[in-house]
Amino acid sequence: MAATATAPGAPTTRLGKTATEIDDRLIVAGPLRRTLNKVFPDHWSFLLGEIALYSFLIALLSGTYLTFFFDASMREVVYEGSYAPLRGVEMSAAYDSALNLSFDVRGGLFMRQVHHWAALLFVASIVVHLLRVFFTGAFRRPRETNWIIGVVMLVLALLMGVTGYTLPDDLLSGTGLRIISAIILSVPVIGTWAHWAVFGGDFVGELIIGRFYIAHVLIIPAILLALIAVHLLLLVKQKHAQFPGPGRTEHNVVGNRLFPTFAAKATGLLFIVFGVIAALGGLVQINPVWLWGPYNPAQVSAASQPDWYILFLDGSTRIFPAWDINLPGDYTIPALFWPTVVVAGAMFTVLALYPMIERKLSGDTASHHLLQRPRDVPVRTSLGMMALTFYGVLMLSGGNDVFADKFDVSLNAMTWFGRLGVVVLPPLVYFLTYRICLGLQKHDREVLEHGIETGVIRRLPHGEFIEVHQPLGPVDEHGHGTLAYGGAPVPKKMNQIGGARRAIRGFFKPIEEPAQVELEQGREGRGLAAADEARELTSSGRPSEGGRPQEPRD
Amino acid sequence: MTTHDTRPGSTGGADTPGPLHGGPDDDYTPEQLAAMPREDLDRLGARYDGVQILHVDPGPEPGSPMERRAVRQVGLTFTLAGLSALAFVVVYVGAGWFFPDWQWSVSGSDFSALFTPLLGATMGLALTLVGVGLVLFSKKLLPHETAVQDKHDGSHFDRVTTGATLVGGLHNSGLARRKLITRSLGFMGGGLGLMLLMPLGGLIKNPNTGDPLGRTSWTEGMRLVRNDGSPIRPGDQEPGSLETVFPAVPGGNRQSDAATMLIRLRPAQLEQMAPREGQADFGYGDYVAYSKICTHAGCPVSLYEQETSRILCPCHQSQFDVTQGAKPVFGPATRSLPQLPITVDDEGYFVARGDYPEAVGPTYWNRERI
Repeated sequence: MAATATAPGAPTTRLGKTATEIDDRLIVAGPLRRTLNKVFPDHWSFLLGEIALYSFLIALLSGTYLTFFFDASMREVVYEGSYAPLRGVEMSAAYDSALNLSFDVRGGLFMRQVHHWAALLFVASIVVHLLRVFFTGAFRRPRETNWIIGVVMLVLALLMGVTGYTLPDDLLSGTGLRIISAIILSVPVIGTWAHWAVFGGDFVGELIIGRFYIAHVLIIPAILLALIAVHLLLLVKQKHAQFPGPGRTEHNVVGNRLFPTFAAKATGLLFIVFGVIAALGGLVQINPVWLWGPYNPAQVSAASQPDWYILFLDGSTRIFPAWDINLPGDYTIPALFWPTVVVAGAMFTVLALYPMIERKLSGDTASHHLLQRPRDVPVRTSLGMMALTFYGVLMLSGGNDVFADKFDVSLNAMTWFGRLGVVVLPPLVYFLTYRICLGLQKHDREVLEHGIETGVIRRLPHGEFIEVHQPLGPVDEHGHGTLAYGGAPVPKKMNQIGGARRAIRGFFKPIEEPAQVELEQGREGRGLAAADEARELTSSGRPSEGGRPQEPRD
Repeated sequence: MTTHDTRPGSTGGADTPGPLHGGPDDDYTPEQLAAMPREDLDRLGARYDGVQILHVDPGPEPGSPMERRAVRQVGLTFTLAGLSALAFVVVYVGAGWFFPDWQWSVSGSDFSALFTPLLGATMGLALTLVGVGLVLFSKKLLPHETAVQDKHDGSHFDRVTTGATLVGGLHNSGLARRKLITRSLGFMGGGLGLMLLMPLGGLIKNPNTGDPLGRTSWTEGMRLVRNDGSPIRPGDQEPGSLETVFPAVPGGNRQSDAATMLIRLRPAQLEQMAPREGQADFGYGDYVAYSKICTHAGCPVSLYEQETSRILCPCHQSQFDVTQGAKPVFGPATRSLPQLPITVDDEGYFVARGDYPEAVGPTYWNRERI
């Protein structure tokens, strides 16, 4: 190596030499530079998927900790731990170890709650991320594959949740398991066979906790990890979509390079997500299993609700009418089949296929890297809101007994509200959303054409009062703006185009010279108004010959 | 660079290093690169990755009050994060040592109630402050740059050449012509797939053997016992009350399908009584016994409102009318709760006259209707 040590540009520092040594062996400088130089667009809504990733990470870490103490067995034991009210009670080893984890492992309760909160946040951030992708049209070509992977991961996250909260084998989770068993039984033709395959016999048997455990800690997480890897690889390969804006096209990405800005921000977010979940795990109690007691098929407590992400299925089950389908030959399709298997299946199938459905309906097969504002695609936005309303009514119905109790309304009235609401409200919301989208679109065009309302009222020589409008760009001979709508937010307040000076920095005392800021702002020429000093701010929006430039009104 | 090794397998000293990586290494000699300042090198590399730095807003001027302030803020945040992390360690280690014990007890010390919240607060604060410090750092101290990266569509050249390689390989394999190979391959694939799936057959069990869904452990003459195993006489209950009873077999109170509600009707209810067809004699006096397992999803129906004679399932709010043979009157349940025929034995205790006449619990495909 003596020859290269004297070569020009050879590293002289210890760090540089080490780096060279590494690159000699691994040849990573090229790929590493490409990675560090990768540009990510900057928008808060692009961080939602990251939150999902980070909460999954926490769930993985805290869950691994829990496995050191949890015993996934339905063997009957007598509780002898330190929680006095349950001492001497017969229970499964699973519940016994969940209690020991909470009461006899130092910090065990904290970790258990961190795990539960991480799981809740995981599903929640997936759903919000999905909504962002949906409403901005980020699922369009070329990103359909990633959309489908995302929907599959959402379903897996739900399964992860269900198998996870069943494990402690307390009264609440046992009740949930009883309903899962009934749902499996309700499948036509193969229901009983499927139940015997899953439970190893009649409900409840002795196998199910162990089987759910291996699904929860190995099978589903492994699939999820693989899908996350593909999801991120595709994201890197296809590059992130971005909102339209100055200089942004279908063929570029405008933003920060990975290193150092994006990496610093993403790591910051990682720690904040960690921190919020840790704080929740310690400060906000969740699923106090010791209060529910061990599972007993003859016992139940009122207000038995699943975790929030399954609530919609509980709701659909509650409001579905009592419609068994009796077939000839003593065969039955149970009513329970429809609101659980069919509703969930249909919802996730439509969700997964939505990119294809929209492509078919709109005929738009082009590749898109610029995102859309929800208002610019009223049909999709309204469909999305309609689906959300449907989901919302189901979710609310999932807690209808709690609503009935807390607000002192009839339980049956709540059920009927759900039954009618799920049919009536979605179309209504579709219509309303559609109108709101059109209204917002029109307002954008209006501002582009006539300018921003300044709030300055001027009296004309002949006595007429007008409000002065500030155009956003050049105007034609009628005083109408000539800027076309580009899919980006249109400024609608004077401050957004530099109508006001920025505030002087400093909290207790100014840390910059006010005069300096004034000067700096004058130099910068923020916004269009400052760029064109010659144009009088208050005269625009009116043609020189006077009179109303707007469309005829009377 | 020890290439004068002449062991077998080596090239006897004739090995010369291949060309460098080509591309940029041909364009820029090490001398040229050494002469460039770091910033230009950064931009040069970025340009090779299709990235153009459009605009850099430098961070605050070194030594300016703005910078000193930002540095103080970031430093303070990281310091506080470290302190919170140490506080976590102190709470975790100190509990039961120089703090009171963290474990729950009936008498309950205040510290044991605070232990988990303290862990959460300190760890949450520590981690959040690290994040906040990083965000402050990148917002206030790092230069803000705006970069543009080109987005490439697929390359026609790559498609054509890759396609040629793939098709060439397929052609050379001759699989299109050698039908025997493709067919036997297909046959083998199917067979192997089936073979690998077969072990899953261990999961399959016949649910109809012995009719476990249609039967419970209730038999003729079996006593109705409470959760603690004590038998029940007529008159033990007030009119209008409900008691959960189990078959008098070991573990009967843990069976998933045997739990039964023994209800003593009020005289007014008795007058309205309209039992199901053929089940008029299933009760005993003013007592009736219904399965506690909901016919909808199998939850125990537990909430009995005797004034309206309704039993409510707390899971999905199915409601059953006790005076009408536990017929579902509201909610998603479709079938009446099965009624257990009961009578009284020689010693005056309640016994079953047999099993339920139909399957208890949720409906399934081949459930017999009565």
